[in-house]
Amino acid sequence: MTRLSLAQVLDWSWMSSNLDTIWEQFQEHVILTILPVTFGFLIAFPLALVAVRWPRLYSPLLGMTGVLFSIPTLALFVVMIPFTGLSRATAIIPLTLYTLLILIRNTVEGLASVPRDVSESAEAMGYRRTRRLFKIELPLAMPVIVAGLRIATVNTIAYVAITSLIGQGGLGQLMLDGFQRQFPTPLIVGLTLAVAFAVAADLGLLSIERALTPWKRARS
Amino acid sequence: MSILTELVAWFLDPANWQGSTGVPARVAEHVLYSVIAIIVSIAVALPIGIFIGHTGRGGAVVINVLNSARAVPTFGIILLTVLVAGIGLLPVVVALVALASPPIVTNTYAGIRSVDPKIREAAEGMGMVGWQVIRRVEIPVALPIIMAGIRTSAVQIVATATFAAIVGLGGLGRYIIDGLAQQDLTQVLAGAILVAALSLLTEFALSLLQSAVVSDGLQAQSTEAASETKA
Amino acid sequence: MGSRMKKLALIVMVALSLAIIASGCAGEGALEGGGEGGGAGGDAVVVGSANFSEQLILGNMYAELLEDRGVSVERRLNIGSRDTLFPALESGEITLVPEYTGALLVFRAEGEEEELKGSEPSQVTDRLREELPDGLVALDPAEAQNRGSLAVLPETAEEYELETYSDLAEVADELAVGGPPEFPTRYSGLVGLQEVYGIEEFGEFRALDAGGPLTAEALSSGQIDVARVFTTQGVIKDQGWVVLEDDKNMELAQNIVPVISEPALTDEIQSALNELSAGLTTENLISLNERVEVDREDPEDVAREYLQENGLIE
Repeated sequence: MTRLSLAQVLDWSWMSSNLDTIWEQFQEHVILTILPVTFGFLIAFPLALVAVRWPRLYSPLLGMTGVLFSIPTLALFVVMIPFTGLSRATAIIPLTLYTLLILIRNTVEGLASVPRDVSESAEAMGYRRTRRLFKIELPLAMPVIVAGLRIATVNTIAYVAITSLIGQGGLGQLMLDGFQRQFPTPLIVGLTLAVAFAVAADLGLLSIERALTPWKRARS
Repeated sequence: MSILTELVAWFLDPANWQGSTGVPARVAEHVLYSVIAIIVSIAVALPIGIFIGHTGRGGAVVINVLNSARAVPTFGIILLTVLVAGIGLLPVVVALVALASPPIVTNTYAGIRSVDPKIREAAEGMGMVGWQVIRRVEIPVALPIIMAGIRTSAVQIVATATFAAIVGLGGLGRYIIDGLAQQDLTQVLAGAILVAALSLLTEFALSLLQSAVVSDGLQAQSTEAASETKA
Repeated sequence: MGSRMKKLALIVMVALSLAIIASGCAGEGALEGGGEGGGAGGDAVVVGSANFSEQLILGNMYAELLEDRGVSVERRLNIGSRDTLFPALESGEITLVPEYTGALLVFRAEGEEEELKGSEPSQVTDRLREELPDGLVALDPAEAQNRGSLAVLPETAEEYELETYSDLAEVADELAVGGPPEFPTRYSGLVGLQEVYGIEEFGEFRALDAGGPLTAEALSSGQIDVARVFTTQGVIKDQGWVVLEDDKNMELAQNIVPVISEPALTDEIQSALNELSAGLTTENLISLNERVEVDREDPEDVAREYLQENGLIE
C-alpha cells in the first residue's frame, strides 16, 4: 500500500475547488451542534429546577441521564434509524439526550452553590421564589451552568462527526470522505474546522459568561 | 416488545458466546484495547500533571492546550492515524490516549495544587527534597482527586474503544458496526448493552480500588474535579 | 475588554450563529434535512453519487455531459451510501445517479441474488426495471461492469495454486478473508460461496469495508489472505493482485446504469446519457479509476477529459 508522502497531504487546489462543500458541511455541523445543545438545555433546565425543588428526585434523574450517557454514541445513532430514517432527527435526538447529564448536573450544582445566606437574605427582603430564582440565584449560578454548556457543546461537536457513519455528520463527512479515498486533505480540513469551531464555541460561551457576571471581575 | 424478546434470545443463544466473534472474545479484545490505552494515558499524563502541579509553572498554558485538545473529535483522530500508520492497534491507542489524557492531567494538577502549602512546608522542614516531597506527601494527599481523574478517563476509554471497529479491529464495537451493516438491530442493541455494562463495571471496580488505595483520612475529600466527556 | 466591547461581541456571536442556522435551514424543515439543504432550484437536474472514486468520476461525467447539452445541473456528489442516496432519489431531492444493475436490484429485492445466479446481464437489467419504484427509470446500461470478486496476493496465488473460486474452495479453511461487515450474511458473500462453491468456512473472517482502504491495507500487509474487491478498482492492477475467476458464476452482473427521476427525463437527457453508456467499457472505466485512485488526479478533470476524448463534449 503506497504510504502517502507528506507533500500530498495538503492539496490546496482541492480546498479551493470545494469551498462550497466545505462551507455546507460546516453549516450542517453548526446546526447539528446548536440544535441539540439548545433543546438539551430547554429540557434540562426545568428538570434541574425540579431536582432543586424536590432533592429526592436528583439521584434518580442523574442515574437515568447517566445511563443514557453510557450508551455508546454509535449505538444510539444506529438504533434511531428504524424510527427516524436517515434524517437529521436521527442525529439530533441522541445528541440532545447526551447533553442532558452534564446540563442537569451543572445547573443543579450551580444553583446549589449559591450561598445559603444569600438566598435567605433575599427571602427576608421579600423576594418570592420565582423572582429570587431569576434575579439572584441564577445569575450567581451562571458560571457553573455555563461551564456545563461549554462542555456539552464541545462534546456535541465531537459526536456530530460520528454521525457521518449514518449519513449525517457535517464536517465528519469530510473526514470520512478523506479516509475512504485515502486522501488526507478533506480529513485534515474537516478535523481542523471541527477543532476551530469547538475552540471558538468554548471561548464564545466563556465570554458570554463573563458578560453576564460582571461582579466576578470586580472582585478579582 | 418483540425487540426485547429478540434481544433476550440473542443473549441466550450459545452461538453468540463461542468463537472469535463471541461475547467473551469481543470483551477480551475490548478490555485489551482499554487497558493498553489507560496505561499509556497514565504514563503520559501523570508525569505532566505532577510536574506542573509540583512546580506550579506552565499550568495555565498546559491546561489551555488540553482544553483545545479535548475539542479534537476522536473520530477524526482515529481516521487520520489509520491513514498515516495503517490499520492496527496504534491508531486506536493514539486516539484513546488523546481522549483520556486531559482529565488525568487536569485532575493531577488540581490535586497537587490543592495540597495545603503548610503540609508541603512541614515536609521540607523534615528534610525532604523534591522527589521525596512528591512521592511521600503530594501524591498521597492528592490521590483522591488523581484517582477521580483516572476513573473518568477509564470509563471514557471503555465507552470509546467501540471506535476500534470502525477501522477494522475487534472489541464490542464490532456488534454495533456489523449490526449497522447487516441491518441487525438486535446485534446493535446487544453491543450497546455490553459496552454500557462494561463501563459501569469499570467505574465500580475503580471506585473500589480508590477506596482501597486512598488513605481513610482523605476519602471524604474525593470529588470529581474533571468534567465528563466521551467521544 | 470593556463591557461595551463584551456586549458587542455577544451580539455579533449570536447574530452569526443565527445567520448560519438560518442559511442552513432555509428551504427545508430543520429536522428533515439530510444535510444537503434545499431541494433542486427550479428545473436543475441534481446529479448525486456515492463517495468512492468511480462514483465521483461517473457523477462528474453525467453532470458535465448534460451541462454541455444545455441542461442546468446541480451536483451533490460524495454521498455516503446507497441507504442515504436512494431515498433521496425517491424523494426527488436528487434526480440522477450512476448505479449498478445487480447491486441496486438486490437493494430493492433481497431474495433476487440467489434466483438470478448465472443470469445474463440483460436479465438482471430487466428484473431491475421491474423492481424500481414508480417514478424512477433506468436508462440504457453500459457494457462496463464493476463486479464483486475475490483477490489474493500473487504469492498466495502461487502457493495455493489459485486461479478460480473453485480452487479457493479447496483451501478456504486455511485462509483469512476480509470484506464488508455484511459479507457473512449476504448471498454475494459467504452465504453464496457456501451454496455455490461449498465453502463451509474460511479460516477467519475480518470485517473491514467494501473494497475500501481498510481492505486494501489488510491484503497488502498480509493481515488477510483473500479480499473482497470490485473489479474496476485501480488498486488491483497497481498492487498486482490476482483476481480469482468466478467459474460457477455466482456473482451478479453489475452494469453501470443511470437511474433517473421520470418527471425530469427529457429526450435530450436520455439520448445524451445513452450515448455515454454506449461507449463505456470496463477497460476504460478501470483506467479512469487508476488515474484517480493511483495517480491522484481530480475526478472532475478525468471525467471531462474522457468526454472530450470521446467526442461527447467539445
